[in-house]
Amino acid sequence: MAGLHEFLRKGGIAPGHRPWPRAVVTAKIWNEAIAGLAGGQWQLLGLWGEPDHIHMALRDDADETIGIVSLDCEGRRYPSVALHHPPALRLERAARDLFGLEPVGLPDPRGWLDHGNWDVRHPLAVKPDPTPIDKAYAFLPIEGDGLHQIPVGPVHAGIIEPGHFRFTANGETVVRLEQRLGYVHKGIEGLMAGATLEAAGKLAARTSGDSTAAYGFAFARAVEAALGVEAPPRATHLRALMAELERIANHLGDFGAICNDASFALMQAHCAVLREKVLRAAQAAFGHRLMRDRIVPGGVTADIGSDGIAAIRALVNDIKAPFPALVELYDNTASLQDRTVTTGSVKPHLTRQYAPGGYVGRASGRAFDVRRNLPYAPYDRLIFEVPVLESGDVNARVWIRIREIEQSLSLIAQLLDTLPQGAARIDLPTAREPCEGMALVEGFRGDILVWLRLDAGSRVARCHLRDPSWFQWPLLEAAIEDNIVADFPLCNKSFNCSYSGHDL
Amino acid sequence: MRKLLFQSLAQMSLTEPAPSVDDAALAEIGAALAQTTRRRLGRSLSIREVDAGSCNGCELEIHALGNAYYDLERFGLRFVASPRHADVLLVTGPVTRNMRMALERTYHATPNPKWVVAVGDCARDGGCFAGSYAVVGGVAAVVPVDLHIAGCPPPPLEILRGLLALLETAATAKT
Repeated sequence: MAGLHEFLRKGGIAPGHRPWPRAVVTAKIWNEAIAGLAGGQWQLLGLWGEPDHIHMALRDDADETIGIVSLDCEGRRYPSVALHHPPALRLERAARDLFGLEPVGLPDPRGWLDHGNWDVRHPLAVKPDPTPIDKAYAFLPIEGDGLHQIPVGPVHAGIIEPGHFRFTANGETVVRLEQRLGYVHKGIEGLMAGATLEAAGKLAARTSGDSTAAYGFAFARAVEAALGVEAPPRATHLRALMAELERIANHLGDFGAICNDASFALMQAHCAVLREKVLRAAQAAFGHRLMRDRIVPGGVTADIGSDGIAAIRALVNDIKAPFPALVELYDNTASLQDRTVTTGSVKPHLTRQYAPGGYVGRASGRAFDVRRNLPYAPYDRLIFEVPVLESGDVNARVWIRIREIEQSLSLIAQLLDTLPQGAARIDLPTAREPCEGMALVEGFRGDILVWLRLDAGSRVARCHLRDPSWFQWPLLEAAIEDNIVADFPLCNKSFNCSYSGHDL
Repeated sequence: MRKLLFQSLAQMSLTEPAPSVDDAALAEIGAALAQTTRRRLGRSLSIREVDAGSCNGCELEIHALGNAYYDLERFGLRFVASPRHADVLLVTGPVTRNMRMALERTYHATPNPKWVVAVGDCARDGGCFAGSYAVVGGVAAVVPVDLHIAGCPPPPLEILRGLLALLETAATAKT
């Protein structure tokens, strides 16, 4: 089959969509796109609905091109992608719940985000149906001797987000994990429709709290793409500074927490101290510990002062000094490695199929990092390495985080050394006619996709936010198979998928 | 590991000292919190955290209460794994319709006397998610709330301050 760009020309290219092309296609071409996904030629980046359309974003890794195909859903039906390409399954179930678009051939017709608790069915359709769906949910059936089930959640034992895990075990060995998510569905995409850029930006920054800077970054880039403007150089540097601080803070938290789930509390104690130092430096530099609402379309709201720069430079030294000893401790503690090595392995064929972003992908051989593969300012001018490992186990996901902390420290030093002068924010033009933009930004967890359409007058007509977790959660189900129940916390923490980002 | 442990022994404690000169606020909270808690519940207060729809920002700051700087447990406050062991429910997020039942059940599983603390701006009235088809509203729309701690998310120090305020309110209102 031809390359993605050539393929897109078979459809009608939608005007005013930036920076990647969006092609409006027929059902025949839509099916060809499905064949391209199922055949492994392309990767699925996202799939989302509108009242009468279904869109999917594709990536061709051969020549690193991105494109969107859109299909008019006559009679609110379209050929299911998931029927041939399982990574689309939950996305199709979600789009069906929200818009009532029926994927013909959908292998799993159960609701996903809709648990039957809303007053309406298909809340984002043109005409929502006033009868809610049935509250009953049929978990996958199990058959066989000696099997038992362990239901967990939605309220978990720790301080974590809610979701339901249904384990089927034979003795201590997990033979199947079935996830049920959607508990923290807040209707973000519904609230986005008709919102001002300011209100929509606040929602984007609250999609997944641990990635608030990355979501702000992605939303801002999508708006700027739609409007055809660029944020000033000082702003892009400050955005990257925040994104890297966020990455380090989260990776430190995860490094400690994964070890803690193997009862190695010492690492948690040290990492939590370092994480707190990052948040305090962020407070000093940008006025908020998590740097929320600091990145907005047009630039950043908080320029950095000399005190802030000093705080971040001090932070880099404060982490660089003790960190090697912690890494050595991890590397030399056999009892800890005994729990992480070969535990929760993601199989290479699933990595190829699901194309997970972040440490989940990079720990199992997928060399993809938006900052490197589809570089955006300022990463196109910075020097860094993208660590990749092959083994796909908990241990590999720990090492990817360790190496990324080191890379991010180097990036922060480069950003401070080359921080441009000038404005940190520009005034945005108002859209005179509808326009569309898409952005991919590398959050700590992986690539965040934001797609949006602005109305004339710059209100958000439709905005879709795709968390990296969508393609990681299903792999956690696969990774835990044949592991013991007691290793689930380790596997889960090493994935650290977002519930809120996924549930929206 | 031995080297790291020895270093920790020799190193000054990171924990914000109770009578801190640098940060009088935390010291004040620490002392008052310990006194009031002891009077009401001996030496401890058990907290069960419930995310009823949060973006997970509040969870990050609640987690931070356990690090060496805030060291929640020195005040006799600790997080427990079950509502059956809890005195306080610390609830975050706008309550989503999909979490409403789970929150109600968690509340009813918590023995009396119990208090509910709603953490974060969303937990007060739904915040920027209010009005959504998928959101009930603030925590008080589902279970009785004794205290709201504002912030998006509130920093750990504010959460500590809030727990102190709860103890004082509870001491006068519920005895």
